Amino acid sequence: MAEFKLKIRRYDPESGAAPYWDEHTVDLEPHRSVLEGILQARNEKDGSIGVRCSCRAAICGSCGVRVNGKPGLACHTHLDDALASAGEDGVIEVEPMGNMPIIKDLIVDMDAVHWKKIQRVTPWLIGKEPVPEREYIVSRESMIDVTQSMACIQCGACVSDCLSMEVDPLFVGPAALAKTYRFVGDPRDAAHEQRLKDLSEDKHGIYDCTHCFKCIEACPKGVAPMNQIMRLRRIAGNDFHIKDRNNGERHEMAFVNNIEKNGILHEADLLPDSYGGKFHPRAVPELIASLPIVVTALLRRKMTPGKALLHPHKAPDGVKRIFEIVEGREERTEFNLYISGTDADNAPNAEVAEAIEATEPAAVAPDGTEGSSA
Amino acid sequence: MKVAYWPGCVSRGFTAELHGSMAAVAPMLDIELVELDRANCCGAGVIAEHSQELADTLNARTFALAQQEITKGADLMMNICSTCQGAQSECQQRLDASAEYRAQVNETLSDEGLEYQDGIINKNFLWVLVEEIGLDKLKTLVKQPLTDLRVGPFYGCYIVRPTDRLDINRAQPRDEYLGQVIETLGGTVIDYAGSHKCCGFPIITMNKEASLEQAGRHLGDAVDAEADCLVTPCPLCHLNLDLQQPMASKQVGRELNMPVLHLPQLVGLALGLSPKELGLQHHVVKPTSVIDWSQAVVGGVSGW
Ligand code: SF4
Ligand code: SF4
Ligand code: SF4
Ligand code: SF4
Ligand code: FES
Repeated sequence: MAEFKLKIRRYDPESGAAPYWDEHTVDLEPHRSVLEGILQARNEKDGSIGVRCSCRAAICGSCGVRVNGKPGLACHTHLDDALASAGEDGVIEVEPMGNMPIIKDLIVDMDAVHWKKIQRVTPWLIGKEPVPEREYIVSRESMIDVTQSMACIQCGACVSDCLSMEVDPLFVGPAALAKTYRFVGDPRDAAHEQRLKDLSEDKHGIYDCTHCFKCIEACPKGVAPMNQIMRLRRIAGNDFHIKDRNNGERHEMAFVNNIEKNGILHEADLLPDSYGGKFHPRAVPELIASLPIVVTALLRRKMTPGKALLHPHKAPDGVKRIFEIVEGREERTEFNLYISGTDADNAPNAEVAEAIEATEPAAVAPDGTEGSSA
Repeated sequence: MKVAYWPGCVSRGFTAELHGSMAAVAPMLDIELVELDRANCCGAGVIAEHSQELADTLNARTFALAQQEITKGADLMMNICSTCQGAQSECQQRLDASAEYRAQVNETLSDEGLEYQDGIINKNFLWVLVEEIGLDKLKTLVKQPLTDLRVGPFYGCYIVRPTDRLDINRAQPRDEYLGQVIETLGGTVIDYAGSHKCCGFPIITMNKEASLEQAGRHLGDAVDAEADCLVTPCPLCHLNLDLQQPMASKQVGRELNMPVLHLPQLVGLALGLSPKELGLQHHVVKPTSVIDWSQAVVGGVSGW
């Protein structure tokens, strides 16, 4: 047994009192979880500590909290690991998740934020018509791709730390968009295009993600919501050619074309091209709005008028060739490490192979005749 | 040491002062820069959003060019952009994971006679400073310690997340390096809420309000923490934090006036270069506090 100091953030909105920190010492084996620590404090010291949990085995997703500032499952964080990431005073800090209102202490209102957003994306399969008499039949491979988003246990850790949601509470957010991919990647779903169109046109949809990796870092289940969002963008732009009013697709293509042409990024063209080109009606108000900035940039010689108009670089032939070959492929290659693993992961493990061999009775003798065991 | 140097695009375009200050600081740190002038943009995550294989192949090309320099004697590849670091590390992770995938990518590169072999070492200038040059050595090179200069670190997402891909762990706390460098240079590290958050740049054309709100909020937090300036290893962050600061200020409805320095500029100041030599006059937000500081230091020295 060892002693651990837990500092728990307490808050009861109904009391009218401000939040405060509450410190307890618990006595547990170092490999036990932070959740067990909290429960010991609640059972032995202060029955009023509010915490939610159920499975205690990283399955139900109800114990999401922040430990030392990082979101995760309390039941899935060992006390010794938590101590290692604690501050110099050796006190483990436990707080409620962010981006959601607090109901009491460590319990946040998942309904008000997380579940509302999940509802927003029509989280069920819209089957293809005509409905087959028996089951829908799909190939095994076509479902492997969605297993990553299906691993989600709805704990809200990604929502807690999403940096876009922090400034834009209307953002649909990582968990709901990962859920969207679960259906857009499912061959049985009939509404891929509608789903994508809806979430491209929504100002707070797939193009509102700022690519900050917070959700990837937060997720205890390896769902990597941001990667699912990037898949949604790829499919929306490349497969359905959805030209959204948020300029998401245009910005992406402006960037890609810019590099194809120049080899390195030519920013002076990127902004107007993202709005559809220098002379596109959409670009005009945007350019006027950014005019003061361009003028200051010119004054500070950040850009020269020449640079704003001319292309100082030209893409080397090698770059053009890469675009030709890769963009010319019939199918996009997407290498997903979550599914494929690395060569090192997949290398035949000599020890394991030996162990398996040792347990298997030799059914076939080395000379190819039937073994004598029968 | 000698490095195969990828300056990035923005550091040769909108933030030319970054490339310039890196070039000025490198010899003082005994770094020889072999510029990869035929290399291409890393795609900043946007090309990968369009096509993963395209981004992987483009970066494999840059890596292959860097490896040619490494065979000729360079120690490693170095970049000066958080976003390059992150986008390139992401592609490298996929390329290094599978020989089969690498072969497909190398097939495309073979037209140009290039080939990427797995395992390139590619480090941002920040990592080179701490891991290759070392803080002890850096300390001995300081001529004008940044005494009394209050500096807030701003990392940029791509150089601190995801931690496993970027090899950030207790033994190698790369997400604390900026603070360590500021301290080594003699400055005061300012702790504020936004240091490891996102500047908002990637959504500037899609949701301008949300983008500027992020930049404005972090700058405002730094103002509240009484920072004299911020320092960043990412030119794209610099665009949203400096170039767009007047708009961010409008968005959050408060005065900001927070100068934002590129990492080599901050190092250069401590190594004795003048604000002008480091291109600070090109910033949109006048780095008055920094210039005042350096004049006070120079004045103090000449008063001896
Ligand atoms: S990557 Fe996108 S969805 Fe994920 S946390 Fe950041 S802004 Fe949110
Ligand atoms: S994606 Fe991951 S972090 Fe987000 S709710 Fe699902 S399991 Fe939790
Ligand atoms: S991240 Fe930036 S600077 Fe780096 S190569 Fe890409 S666009 Fe250029
Ligand atoms: S902070 Fe902004 S520009 Fe910098 S890496 Fe993150 S998203 Fe990019
Ligand atoms: S209690 Fe079920 S996931 Fe932690």
